[in-house]
Amino acid sequence: MRREIRIAGFGGQGVVLAGYILGKAFALYEGLEAVMTQSYGPEARGGASSSNVVISDEPIDYPFVLEPDVLIALSQEAYTRFRPTARADALLIIEEDLVTPLEGDRPLRVPATRLAEELGRRIVANIVTLGYFTAATGWLRRESVEKAIENTLPARVVPLNLNAFARGYEYALAGERVL
Amino acid sequence: MRGRAVLTGEHFMHGDHACTEGAIAAGCRFFAGYPITPSTEIAERIAQRLPEVGGVFIQMEDEIASILAIIGASAAGARAMSATSGPGFSLMMENIGLAVMMEIPIVIVDVQRGSPSTGLPTLPGQADVMQARWGSHGDYAIAAYAPWSPQEMFDLTVLAFNVADRFRIPVMVMSDEVVGHMVERVVIPPEEQIPRWERKRPTVPPENGFRPFLAEDDDLVPPLVHAGEGYRVHFTGLTHDERGYPDMSAETHHRLVTRLVEKVRRNADAMVRYEGYGLEDARIVVISYGCTARSARRAVAQARAAGIPAGLLRLISLWPFPEKPLRDLARQAEAFIVAEMNLGQMICEVERYVAQPVIGVNHAGGAMIPPAPILETIEEVANRGAHIGRRKASTG
Repeated sequence: MRREIRIAGFGGQGVVLAGYILGKAFALYEGLEAVMTQSYGPEARGGASSSNVVISDEPIDYPFVLEPDVLIALSQEAYTRFRPTARADALLIIEEDLVTPLEGDRPLRVPATRLAEELGRRIVANIVTLGYFTAATGWLRRESVEKAIENTLPARVVPLNLNAFARGYEYALAGERVL
Repeated sequence: MRGRAVLTGEHFMHGDHACTEGAIAAGCRFFAGYPITPSTEIAERIAQRLPEVGGVFIQMEDEIASILAIIGASAAGARAMSATSGPGFSLMMENIGLAVMMEIPIVIVDVQRGSPSTGLPTLPGQADVMQARWGSHGDYAIAAYAPWSPQEMFDLTVLAFNVADRFRIPVMVMSDEVVGHMVERVVIPPEEQIPRWERKRPTVPPENGFRPFLAEDDDLVPPLVHAGEGYRVHFTGLTHDERGYPDMSAETHHRLVTRLVEKVRRNADAMVRYEGYGLEDARIVVISYGCTARSARRAVAQARAAGIPAGLLRLISLWPFPEKPLRDLARQAEAFIVAEMNLGQMICEVERYVAQPVIGVNHAGGAMIPPAPILETIEEVANRGAHIGRRKASTG
């Protein structure tokens, strides 16, 4: 079982942090192998940047994402650039207010930025998205991601991020739409 | 001082950060460097961590000053390290010889990137591995290790300090951008389980007649006197006698340089590290190291699943070169394949020890060699015999 997850957006949306927390949850609290890599260099600034997580139940030899099973896109540019890299039947999760999907794609939609703004800080849209991913896929336990959040972020921002995670998680479970 | 020196526990950790934690866990308390991609995160983290544990971080004006600063700190008793990449590694070369000649333990981490020259600052390479062995002028010997994971960035940095101290030599951790920038699980053991090999220290009081470069033991390692302990010692890069005084005679020169080289040869068993996968019945042996060995392991697993008797010899120590396991494998193997992210460097070393065909899977760097070209080479060797020459790897 090898699965590849690519989280993409524009610089500042926290896609690297989201990838780190997700990889940590799998590697430390789910008993799986996980590797995170990220784009480096000038191309990572401004335009579409990505973090990439490979998970497996056996040691991961080749650490890079080749053909994502999951693409999470938080910006249009990221979606346009990385959609062709993903499997044709990949699970697609998009920031629904920022991304218009290509014709033929049937992505899951989460208004992560709006939900984050309702919590007072749009900066946690990445963690809202992680909550959505966790509930939508069922690939890992909610507690594992929560532990990864608690053990990664400074204590003062943990409550906000746990709220953001819960908001995205519950949004996916409810299948609700924000009008 | 408020931080813990050993971050015991399970972490999801960046390779460069794991190197930093390995250094601090090993007792490194002095770092001098000139940050350079892709090793910058080592300097960045150790600049934060060293003050927490009572250590010193200095950003130097360049890598020549960096290596000289760590030689000085080590001579005064500290475990000392620098971290760099190709261009900085080149600047350090002259004074690697100085550390060899004065027998001062130091650890240098080279997170290799695409080269020569400025090359590919943010992308991987493995083309400094011969430079690690031969980059300084003269005859000498060192140890160098090639981690293939963040876990080994920790473990091999600890080993590097131990080997450097025990044998009074420079030791290099020859990482690469893939391993340095990868995030993976790293398990840091309890402090009391971190291996510690101590420097050999003088057992006689400072008095007339003490000879600091007299190696009386079979391991050819003289006890190390630290600056400021009261011993009157003279350290020099000039050829010196057992008292440490310059002696411009051919006889003394031959005796000194021979001991410096023989010291590493004689103690090689303590320094050599390697790992095998599927070697028991292997007829086609793949040899690889660092990030490329990850792809090689995958290719070997795929080949074995297809019924091809392939195996992997992973070089953990590049220097001293693991020649004994290679000689043993030469009794059973029909061909060797050397996969490395350069145009053929360690393959030369392999060719020294085996009579079988040796085929390279090579790429000049910039992207990790994926499993496919290694598997294809294994299959070609299995199907058509070994005489297919060196092939270029596509990095897909």
